[in-house]
Amino acid sequence: MRIIKKDKIVEAVKNLCIKSNFEIDKDVERLLEKAYKEENDILPKEVIRDILKNCSIAKAKKIPMCQDTGLTVVFVKKGEGIQVEGGLEEAIREGVRKGYREGYFRKSIVDPLTRKNTEDNTPATIHTSLAKGDGLKITVVPRGFGSENMGKASMLDIGNCVKEVKKFVLDSVKESGGNSCPPVVIGIGIGGTLEKAALLAKEALINDSEDGRKNVTVKKLEKDLLKEINKLNIGPGGLGGKTTALRVTIKTYPTHIAGLPVAINIGCWCHRVQTIVL
Amino acid sequence: MKKIRLPLDEKIISGLNAGDRVLLTGIIYTARDATHKRLTDCIKNKKKLPLELRNQTIYYTGPAPAKPKQIIGSCGPTTSSRMDEYTSALLGKSLKGMIGKGDRSKEVVSAIKKHKAVYFIAPGGCGALLSQTVKKCDLVAYGELGCEAIYKLEIKDFPAIVGIDCRGKNIYKKKNK
Repeated sequence: MRIIKKDKIVEAVKNLCIKSNFEIDKDVERLLEKAYKEENDILPKEVIRDILKNCSIAKAKKIPMCQDTGLTVVFVKKGEGIQVEGGLEEAIREGVRKGYREGYFRKSIVDPLTRKNTEDNTPATIHTSLAKGDGLKITVVPRGFGSENMGKASMLDIGNCVKEVKKFVLDSVKESGGNSCPPVVIGIGIGGTLEKAALLAKEALINDSEDGRKNVTVKKLEKDLLKEINKLNIGPGGLGGKTTALRVTIKTYPTHIAGLPVAINIGCWCHRVQTIVL
Repeated sequence: MKKIRLPLDEKIISGLNAGDRVLLTGIIYTARDATHKRLTDCIKNKKKLPLELRNQTIYYTGPAPAKPKQIIGSCGPTTSSRMDEYTSALLGKSLKGMIGKGDRSKEVVSAIKKHKAVYFIAPGGCGALLSQTVKKCDLVAYGELGCEAIYKLEIKDFPAIVGIDCRGKNIYKKKNK
């Protein structure tokens, strides 16, 4: 059994929180640069130019790209042969607390009903899964609520599954309009149960290529949806244009004969994901 | 790109059209969800407002904390539609400008038209970029709300787009026609 000290995790989570808020996800940056070249009209082009300028100021001056430094979602893949001395959840909590304090990030977490702020941006929303071996993979995803608020889950009819999913996704994106800070990245979860579909959507959003074997139907659906979403003319900033979504990623899981759970998680262009393997 | 000096007046407002790109210079006040609720409660209960709204502009933002020697932290716009239910009451107190992101409700568009006001859109998510245009930041009221408090900001060349003009023309609707 490999033993890992709590302090090591605290430090790692802190650094991931800080880096993720200062630096845009590399793949999204590449897609934004491509979109900048493809847009012709002045308004959408200018929005993307501002976004790219914003990213370089944030990185150079160590200012969070977006003031909504988010609710911190943390994915942990924990090897069966590893033990955390001092408690994994407590370590993550402390790492988030430190990261948001030292980074001068906004503390956005409140009690859902009384709306009282916890003042240190904790607790994080943590998803832990087990893996073989003795590694520990931590992924930090600060989620701004301009886009998180536009997410949805639904139990669809099983008549024409692909058609139903397409309608659900297109309606959701249409409804979100300029609120979710397009160009967006989109994660879609299909299958399992209601909560499984929602979690799959979040996993799809972060586009972890590690577990990437997809069947032809899924690949085609991703491609078709991206194309159809970009015909909606929502565009950068919601001001019209070719680029409404930069990326559509789908994750599926077997479900019940009677059901078709589906969820969509929309991410603003300010997509923040940082990973470390300890 | 039009250069606009704040506070707004009737002449400036009538010269703005949905889709115009502008650079704003002058004074604006920050306010978002919790603050809007408090301000409209004041109006409902006929209590004195903590700031004079006449001809002023409200920016929907909750800034990140400032680092030492920094004027303000990252401060991009938040989703305006959450403020829709409170907006008519504030426009009734002669608020003339709003800055945020995203479309507004039909009621807000009518109220903008009725009160001859204007809604600006700031680049969403660009909090680092926009923070560079803030030259001064002072707390005005509700300090206990932290990032949701009302701050008076002095801005210079803050980039925005006219989203809804005083004739009720809406850029979000225009592009679909």
